[in-house]
Amino acid sequence: MMDESRRSFLKETGWAALGLGCGFPLLTTACGDSSAQEESVGQAGASRQWAMVVDIEKCMEEEIRDACITACHRAHNVPDISDPEDEVKWIWSEEYQNVFPDQVHTNTASKIRQAPVLILCNHCDSPPCVRVCPTQATWKRDEDGIVMMDMHRCIGCRYCIAACPYGSRSFNWRDPQDFIERDTNGEYYSDYPTRTKGVVEKCNFCAERLREGLQPACVEAVNQVDGGAGALVFGDLGEPDSEVNQILGERLTIARRVGLGTGPNVYYIV
Amino acid sequence: MSDKPKIVAGLTLFLALVAFPVWYTLGGESEVAAPELEYPSDADVCVEDTEYMTANHMDLLNQWRNAVVREGRREYVAASGERYVMSLTGTCLDCHTSRDEFCTRCHDYANVEPKCWDCHVDPGETE
Repeated sequence: MMDESRRSFLKETGWAALGLGCGFPLLTTACGDSSAQEESVGQAGASRQWAMVVDIEKCMEEEIRDACITACHRAHNVPDISDPEDEVKWIWSEEYQNVFPDQVHTNTASKIRQAPVLILCNHCDSPPCVRVCPTQATWKRDEDGIVMMDMHRCIGCRYCIAACPYGSRSFNWRDPQDFIERDTNGEYYSDYPTRTKGVVEKCNFCAERLREGLQPACVEAVNQVDGGAGALVFGDLGEPDSEVNQILGERLTIARRVGLGTGPNVYYIV
Repeated sequence: MSDKPKIVAGLTLFLALVAFPVWYTLGGESEVAAPELEYPSDADVCVEDTEYMTANHMDLLNQWRNAVVREGRREYVAASGERYVMSLTGTCLDCHTSRDEFCTRCHDYANVEPKCWDCHVDPGETE
């Protein structure tokens, strides 16, 4: 009697343990999957994602590039530091061969290799800078997909600079206030908060202007230059009829280093 | 017992030194006058009661900062029901036009050094 009940007890315990061991992981993955699916559906359906289309050919005009760079840097009190080791940039131009290293082949003409291309933060779908930030000083906004910076939280560790494959971020090695352009009265062009020594900064897609219903400063600036209309187009990817979606649907466009899977949201008409 | 005067003198000196913080404050007129702040002439009420603002403006500003930067909210509803835009340079300095005669004077008195002005630009600030 005694032996048999002990034997059956052990058998039952064994089955129960097996059941728990197999059942829990199955249950949790099943539940986890369904919630993850709901989340991704929700993201695709409701939220917006700001994006920009850069017309490389129109931006070959130096006047157009300068107009948008000046407008951006004035609007955000970006310091003008000439030393490349310390410089701070939100939007600037680089040679085509450096912007799109994977698009250049041995027979690409040097004229094309050296063509200037405007670059800025790509406000990626899965931004690596956000993943590495230890203080969540940089994060991707759910409501409009802007990769934001909170200067109050940035501790200047520069992990984000290392993580960004586009070089979109600049570190303030010096006090930026000494290098910010002022008007003839000695006042700042904008009341946008300057940054301080020891924080990282980058393009914010003009979140402060979008809030007011305005276009980003660079887009507004190029549209005011002769022949600059449409050089930069800004809009919402979540809205099917937006101008950016129309361009992306009709024109041949590329984005930077798509193979990395970061999902850049700045597109280039080649 | 010939060392008695030396010992007494030494003890007296020692006690005097130890008690320095006590007699120093008793003796001198060391009280620092409270700072004279320049209040806005064209506004009667602040965002909240003056008493509350004096004690808690730093917490309120931190709340505003988090709301604006992290949550994208701009509007603050005060206890009175009045609505304000949450902005240090836009709303606060709109009335308190002189940072030096309001913020700085009291912060100097309280011996605190907030970092606000390292970045936030005073509208009238020049080089």
